[in-house]
Amino acid sequence: MQAVNNLLERLEARDIRALARAISLVEDSEEGASELLASLSPRLSGSRIIGITGPPGSGKSTLTSKLARDFLDRGEKVGLLLIDPSSPFSGGAILGDRIRMQELSGRDGIYIRSLGSRGSVGGLSQATARVLRLLEHFGFSVIIIETVGTGQAETDVVETVDSVVVVAVPGLGDDIQAMKAGIMEIADVFVVNKADKDGADRTLRQIEAALQMQEGQGMHKVPVLATVASSGQGVTELVAALDAHYKYLADSGELQRRRERRLRKELIGYVTSVLMSDFFARSQADVDAKLADIIQGRTDVYTVGRFLSRKYINERVERDAKQD
Amino acid sequence: MAEQRKIRVLVAKPGLDGHDRGAKVVARALRDAGMEVIYTGLRQTPEQIVEAAIQEDVDVVGLSCLSGAHNHLFPRVVELLKAKDAADILVVGGGVIPEDDIPFLKESGVKEIFTPGTSTGDVVNFIRSHAGSK
Amino acid sequence: MDEKLSNVFTQWDEKTQKTLGKYPERKHKFVNASDLEVKRVYTPLDVDPNYTEDLGLPGEYPFTRGVQPTMYRGRFWTMRQYAGMATAEESNARYRYLLAQGQTGLSVAFDLPTQIGYDSDHYLSQGEVGKVGVAIDSLADMEMLFDNIPLDKVSTSMTINAPASVLLAMYIAVAEKQGVPMNKLSGTIQNDILKEYVARGTYIFPPTPSMRLITDIFAFCYKNVPEWNTISISGYHIREAGSSAVQEVAFTLSDGIAYVQAALDAGLDVDDFAPRLSFFFNSHVDFFEEIAKFRAARRLWAKVMKERFGAKNSRSLMLRFHTQTGGSTLTAQQPDNNIVRVTLQAMAAVLGGTQSLHTNSRDEALALPTEESVRIALRTQQIIAYESGAVDTVDPLAGSYYVESLTNQIEQGAWEQIQKIDAMGGAIKAIEKGYIQKEIQDCAYTWQRSIEDKERIVVGVNQFQVKEAPPQGLLRVDASVGEMQARKLKTLRSTRDTNAVEQALANIDTVARGRENVMPAILDAVRVYATLGEICDVLRKVFGEYRPEDML
Repeated sequence: MQAVNNLLERLEARDIRALARAISLVEDSEEGASELLASLSPRLSGSRIIGITGPPGSGKSTLTSKLARDFLDRGEKVGLLLIDPSSPFSGGAILGDRIRMQELSGRDGIYIRSLGSRGSVGGLSQATARVLRLLEHFGFSVIIIETVGTGQAETDVVETVDSVVVVAVPGLGDDIQAMKAGIMEIADVFVVNKADKDGADRTLRQIEAALQMQEGQGMHKVPVLATVASSGQGVTELVAALDAHYKYLADSGELQRRRERRLRKELIGYVTSVLMSDFFARSQADVDAKLADIIQGRTDVYTVGRFLSRKYINERVERDAKQD
Repeated sequence: MAEQRKIRVLVAKPGLDGHDRGAKVVARALRDAGMEVIYTGLRQTPEQIVEAAIQEDVDVVGLSCLSGAHNHLFPRVVELLKAKDAADILVVGGGVIPEDDIPFLKESGVKEIFTPGTSTGDVVNFIRSHAGSK
Repeated sequence: MDEKLSNVFTQWDEKTQKTLGKYPERKHKFVNASDLEVKRVYTPLDVDPNYTEDLGLPGEYPFTRGVQPTMYRGRFWTMRQYAGMATAEESNARYRYLLAQGQTGLSVAFDLPTQIGYDSDHYLSQGEVGKVGVAIDSLADMEMLFDNIPLDKVSTSMTINAPASVLLAMYIAVAEKQGVPMNKLSGTIQNDILKEYVARGTYIFPPTPSMRLITDIFAFCYKNVPEWNTISISGYHIREAGSSAVQEVAFTLSDGIAYVQAALDAGLDVDDFAPRLSFFFNSHVDFFEEIAKFRAARRLWAKVMKERFGAKNSRSLMLRFHTQTGGSTLTAQQPDNNIVRVTLQAMAAVLGGTQSLHTNSRDEALALPTEESVRIALRTQQIIAYESGAVDTVDPLAGSYYVESLTNQIEQGAWEQIQKIDAMGGAIKAIEKGYIQKEIQDCAYTWQRSIEDKERIVVGVNQFQVKEAPPQGLLRVDASVGEMQARKLKTLRSTRDTNAVEQALANIDTVARGRENVMPAILDAVRVYATLGEICDVLRKVFGEYRPEDML
């Protein structure tokens, strides 16, 4: 409690070390994490949250860096979350996106944080929602999340951010048909990066055609932009497109809907994780014992599953009754 | 799920030296030992390293230098961390570092120096046993 | 296929298998340093060379047996120790010492600020000045570096890449002052930017303008400095970064192909520049594999130049190379053992037909080598040359079933890799994708693991260790070198013709933005003592700086 209060005070004082520490705290789900988060202001702040997704090699890190630079240049306070995959075997990760953020170093008003996905498969990390909460509290006006970037439709991103930027490159997955299912649908803004390479025009045209086919359900027409992140070409236009999209969100009421969706996801996510860890903490021995029976063919997964969940719920009810 | 605290390590190449084989091998070994490694690449100034270490809330900064500039660069990182009230972040170093320089580096606040031939297992163990204290 | 031999071999093999239960071998499977499996014994069944096509004779296509007909019977390889430290004055003294000891060529090591185009008083140069080589800021330093060394008599190799044009220009300008015209100069600049992106890290500009600087040098030297080796396409650092022997050959030749293509694209004729291309390889721990590697590389390059690029001049087909023994094979533990390692590696380079050789000093895993260590390293070469007898016949290991089989294996493995890189669009694309870097890192990590798991034994490191006292008498570079250079720069800037410098720099800017060859403009600028940093700053402004797409 003492530690949380101390951290809160330092967060109020806009101490970057405290922010960094607090993020680790909520990432590690250590004691005090939910306490800390519960102590923050309950209202969502006015931070704009932008997600950048795209396959490996599409240059999305460099693009993220340029985008952050442009927002900084116009006086925004920018928080960057760079997410890389954790190894499913060791749980460790090499977080290398920061390499491409060199030109942001030494600047005021920006905070960059690399996160390992830690078992999450939706393109974000386990703790992204909680980390966002801290960044918003800290007062960043723009928060940019660079996703793991598998090239798949990373659905967690859609449910977490206000605007999704999908980055593609010429020649990558040569045919637009080959783009992973769902990726067209999640884009609020489409970018063809490395547009100085051969085949850029063709890729642009293909994406535009594909987007036309799915138009109609929304009011927002998804812009398709050409950029060369390494030289900064097209970044101004990207910022303008994002501004326009944000205005559209606010004007149409869509912003409110997206934020509600995010709150729902965050709430359910939190409850799920609490329940799951409690279940495993209490029922691990049962699971192991019953698993042996299943493997021997004496019973099946579903019978055991029903039994274990009922047993857990009943015990929980009894325990709570006693406590009352 | 009750997760254990993840050890986070910044692996950086200060100065102009471009030999990153060792840094990359160590980065991979730390990952395989379950740690999160922030790799910032070549040509980092001490200022950049310290900025990243603080923002990333790392437990350890690992510096690799093979150019002989370690006596200048390593203590500078320690100094800047101190100045930013982050002296609790452990600094370790590796590279072509003569035995004679090690006492000076340690006096300057570098916790450990790993010289050529050190096994990555030793690096992992050292970090595990010293990084929990934050 | 020799049927009789085949039968005899099968019988022998069955018989031997039966004895293995009683007399097992040391390992279940033998692999060499590149993880290629090594058989129990090699016979003619493993190699079926078409002698004239695959091997040929020394000095003739495909040059498997060497690039000259008489090789070391005519003249030994050039004994060339890479050296340079601190100031130009100190390095000059070391060069004169080495020449007095019988060394036959100079090899200049520059410090990192010089290699990355920063003056000694630049913020990023702090702590680095004079450390891994000599600090050169302007022509004044270069004049001192070669003071009393007649440039028409020595050949000089300079390990300089991104700012190679500037250092070559300074060398030419020093020669002018000695009264030596540039067409009398001989030597080498490394000038190989691609491996910098991959393995060594001293890049400045992005690939496209870097390739232009390189092809400008090709064109300039063809007309003006005809005896100069305009590039040294380097596998050395790729190997040091952790690649296998096969990868070393594959990635180096892929880089070579990219340079040739760039020069052709720039409008040069292949036989005008290809004879001046040279290569630089590592000689690593696995004795026979290294010998085979050099032979395979020669054969492969000859075929590429002939079949792919249609080169006619036989000198365009020859892979001439410098060798350095493997720095990463040196151990900090029991450093004297390194003398033995270096001897084996040097012998492999000689048996592989190298044109010049640097032998590492025993203390290089600890610091820059002392004079005594360098002398032992040079003596190692002299003992091989004058005492071993290994140099009196050309390519003495040709016809060894094992060596020929390995030569084929390496050539084939490298060729497959090269084709893979071709399919990606060539070396530059493969580098931009991080493909080559990743391949090397994977290999480096596997190597490290195999040492830690004791699958590989490194004497003194993971076996046969002893307690030892810290080594004494290591060479130290005075920390004040940086201040000294900064003072020199200050004086220079206040005494030179500022107008002339500004004009020359403005001219470089104009030329760099256009398509004209930049070498003459750079030469004009160094003559009026524009500094390396100033010239590179102009080019940085025009070309931009390279940012690695590095992946782990």
